[in-house]
Amino acid sequence: MKLAEKRSETVFQDFKPALSAGHAFAEASRCLFCEDAPCTIACPTSIDIPQFIRKIATGNLKGSARTIFDANILGSSCARVCPVEVLCVGACVYNHMDQPPIQIGKLQRHATDHAIAQGWQFHTAGPDSGFSVGLVGGGPASLSAAHQLRRQGHAVTIYEKRSVIGGLDVTGVAPYKVRADDVAKEIDWLLGIGGIEVRTGVQVGADVTWAELEQRHDALFVGIGLGADSLLDVPGAQLPGVQGAVAFIEAMKLGTVDLSNVRHALVIGGGNTAVDAVRELNGLGVKDVTLVYRGTEAGMPGYKHEWKVAKIDGVHAAWQALPVAFQGNGRVESVRCIRMDEHKKPIPGAEFDLPADLVLLGIGQAKLGELLGGLPGVTLDKGRVVVDAHGFTGRRGLWAGGDCTNGGKEVVNAVAEGKSAAIAIDEYLTTTAAAARQAKEAPHG
Amino acid sequence: MVDLRSNTGGIRSPNPFWLASAPPTNSGAQIMRAFEAGWGGAVWKTLGQPIQNVSSRFGSHNYGAKKTIGFNNVELITDRPLEVNFREIYEVKKRFPDHAVIVSLMVETEEEWKDLIMRSMDAGADGLELNFGCPHGMCERGMGSAVGQEPKVNERITGWVTSYSKIPVLVKLTPNVSDIVPHGLAAQRGGAQGVSLINTIKSIIGVDVDKFVLYPTVGDKSTNGGYCGAAVKPIALHMVGALSRDPRFSLPISGIGGVANWRDAVEFMLLGASSVQVCTEVMLKGYRIVEDMIEGLSEYMIRHKFETLEDFRGKAVASYSEWGELNVNFEQVAKIDASKCIGCYDCVAACRDGAHQCIEPAAVGAPRVPVIDESECVGCNLCEIVCPVQDCITMVEVDNGYAPASWNEHVYQGAAVRYKKGSH
Ligand SMILES: Cc1cc2nc3c(=O)[nH]c(=O)nc-3n(C[C@H](O)[C@H](O)[C@H](O)COP(=O)(O)OP(=O)(O)OC[C@H]3O[C@@H](n4cnc5c(N)ncnc54)[C@H](O)[C@@H]3O)c2cc1C
Ligand SMILES: Cc1cc2nc3c(=O)[nH]c(=O)nc-3n(C[C@H](O)[C@H](O)[C@H](O)COP(=O)(O)O)c2cc1C
Ligand code: SF4
Repeated sequence: MKLAEKRSETVFQDFKPALSAGHAFAEASRCLFCEDAPCTIACPTSIDIPQFIRKIATGNLKGSARTIFDANILGSSCARVCPVEVLCVGACVYNHMDQPPIQIGKLQRHATDHAIAQGWQFHTAGPDSGFSVGLVGGGPASLSAAHQLRRQGHAVTIYEKRSVIGGLDVTGVAPYKVRADDVAKEIDWLLGIGGIEVRTGVQVGADVTWAELEQRHDALFVGIGLGADSLLDVPGAQLPGVQGAVAFIEAMKLGTVDLSNVRHALVIGGGNTAVDAVRELNGLGVKDVTLVYRGTEAGMPGYKHEWKVAKIDGVHAAWQALPVAFQGNGRVESVRCIRMDEHKKPIPGAEFDLPADLVLLGIGQAKLGELLGGLPGVTLDKGRVVVDAHGFTGRRGLWAGGDCTNGGKEVVNAVAEGKSAAIAIDEYLTTTAAAARQAKEAPHG
Repeated sequence: MVDLRSNTGGIRSPNPFWLASAPPTNSGAQIMRAFEAGWGGAVWKTLGQPIQNVSSRFGSHNYGAKKTIGFNNVELITDRPLEVNFREIYEVKKRFPDHAVIVSLMVETEEEWKDLIMRSMDAGADGLELNFGCPHGMCERGMGSAVGQEPKVNERITGWVTSYSKIPVLVKLTPNVSDIVPHGLAAQRGGAQGVSLINTIKSIIGVDVDKFVLYPTVGDKSTNGGYCGAAVKPIALHMVGALSRDPRFSLPISGIGGVANWRDAVEFMLLGASSVQVCTEVMLKGYRIVEDMIEGLSEYMIRHKFETLEDFRGKAVASYSEWGELNVNFEQVAKIDASKCIGCYDCVAACRDGAHQCIEPAAVGAPRVPVIDESECVGCNLCEIVCPVQDCITMVEVDNGYAPASWNEHVYQGAAVRYKKGSH
């Protein structure tokens, strides 16, 4: 997978650096090897965490990586981008003692980085099943599904509208967690199973129709994620200098952004995208970065542990402030806000201006479900594709998973959902679809 | 793919990992769960006349914050009725025909031995293990290590058993002897198909310094128990090695004592074991540890291009020499990687007080990295052992110009021996 040489994201260093071999051994040796382990229960992909950690401690690094990738084929990305503080590490029983929890993410990175660097492959494609599955979108959900389907011998084709696959794992996650080139390495390694056909630059719905895809494949998996940044419907929203946060992050991760003229940057929102964006602007050298959120600090939905670091970095915040107009002459120069009360209601007359020559909107992303809206059998809930526990949409042969079904969670959820859908698809292909094929091929009479 | 199948004196199992006769093999339900987890064999908790156990049975030897580097117990043989055990043995074998089920036995009279042997065979057992090793409770009754410590008795009882048994017989040896070899040879003369070792070591695990009672306390008293777990591995390895290198001894060995992971198991196999048995680590962490043992062993074999266990079994035995055969002209010195040193000076204290006074603190004003006087360093490894940092102190071979020579060659053939270091 090829990325541009020059990318603004490359100025970032790992916020959680890799462990040395000695440190990894010492940390792994602390693990209590809990039975029915809370960390595993907390992991959406149910990685057998005590087992992979024990294998690090016994010097069985290959087995350790195998345990991780068996459960989660993007185990290296996840080791860095997962909010471990609220998942596995948050569940570690050491939290109930006066000792720090095991650094599970870093240990997972230790084993998986090593495996990818060594080129160890743990899985082979299954014998050719004669079935073919199309995957719409090339993000974590589809990659996980594609790999699982290859293990079961199905032919798979990924249709991705962008020029690169990986979805937000490549274009969205903060570069101080993982850079696009590291994820690209993992994806190339994942594709090493062989037989995953990748078609980039193909927008399903525009370049190819659903009817064509259903014709071409025996089953489809939809992992299209979320859409463009939501915008604010206020005066001046179209002024240059006002843009979506996710679009900005993508520009910074895949290419270069010029911030040399930016003195005051505002990021609107209180979720994780907004918190990432303030840290990223700060890291890219913008001196004055302010988070503008309509609620209180205590009520912000973004992870507390991430916001804490942003504050330490020197980021400012305007709490209980709602932008009502973007102002400027040909380009944004300031933002008019109104103070909000504790019920997130504007306080009449409490307006104030914040200077800004860059405004990023991190208030959410559009849902892309409409893309499937016309397909009989598919149900949407406010733009989200509705599925059962195994990702089935209700339309024969059509599964979905990841952000487009869960409304926007984490990479690890997308991986888990992609895998579980793939297992359901395999079952469908080897039973229902196989029977239908046999009936068709059987001589009449 | 590598072939992990193992054969210990005719007892075959899909892999060399067996559960030792102990609480993890107390019942059929447990053993079936263990086989599902991946264990290749199990030696049933010793059968005999069911006993009464005491409450509070185990003690732990901790070192600093590290819990249970050694473990001890005052538990006796099975306390479950014989007919229940035999019915469960039958059920396990029916469900797992390819796994090894070995029945451990300990009784007194020839009649009793004969009875339990017949019933074990009827239940479908793959082999017998004679518990001549238990160092507490049973030996006072003339069984266990009381038998294992007396080669003549060992040989006689092994002879009875082998005359009745149509399935392979392993004699489980006690380590509570000064030299293991005569006991292994006694089992061999008795007609056994193999030996397993070690059973537990007679021990007092600790003393409650405020209540003035030994651990593990049973009310206001205690007794000596059997020591096992990680700490006993060196003793077990030595005994396995001693039998393997003895030209008179030729029986297959099932290695036991402190096996906690695949690497420990490989060490036993390199010293000649055909299978290994685990008790304490399973008691501490459960059956699921076997996953790493199987995988770690497989990866080890792939790395070394070994296809079967026989390709490396006993491969380290030849390196086990008498002291007099070691090359006294071989010389190594310690080197410190200054970039890794954290300046704890533990090596300074160790060498100064516990070795040969050749590591000094850095000069005043210089970076806090100790300085080794290589001209005085005897190459003993102590500093490398105490250093907390991986690969910071390493032992490096030096060429002193002397041809290799053992002490024996020096004494009997006048071979030249290098200048003696550190004898100031
Ligand atoms: C700014 C930001 C930071 C994040 N940080 C983290 C983090 O630190 N840790 C974490 O775990 N998660 C993070 N996430 C969330 C995480 O990235 C997503 O949950 C995850 O990537 C979802 O995977 P997916 O496969 O469902 O969708 P996506 O990753 O969105 O992938 C969908 C893919 O489908 C393609 N596509 C869409 N429509 C079409 C079409 N019509 N035809 C063809 N292709 C199409 C898209 O181009 C995209 O490549 C972050 C998200 C954002 C926005
Ligand atoms: C609690 C306990 C009970 C044991 N009971 C028996 C037994 O009934 N028969 C026997 O042959 N060995 C018995 N042993 C000894 C073990 O089988 C084994 O030889 C010893 O513990 C060394 O192995 P380890 O270091 O893996 O524990 C027992 C050990 C323990 C800790
Ligand atoms: S381990 Fe089980 S049997 Fe032993 S003391 Fe604890 S609860 Fe009781």
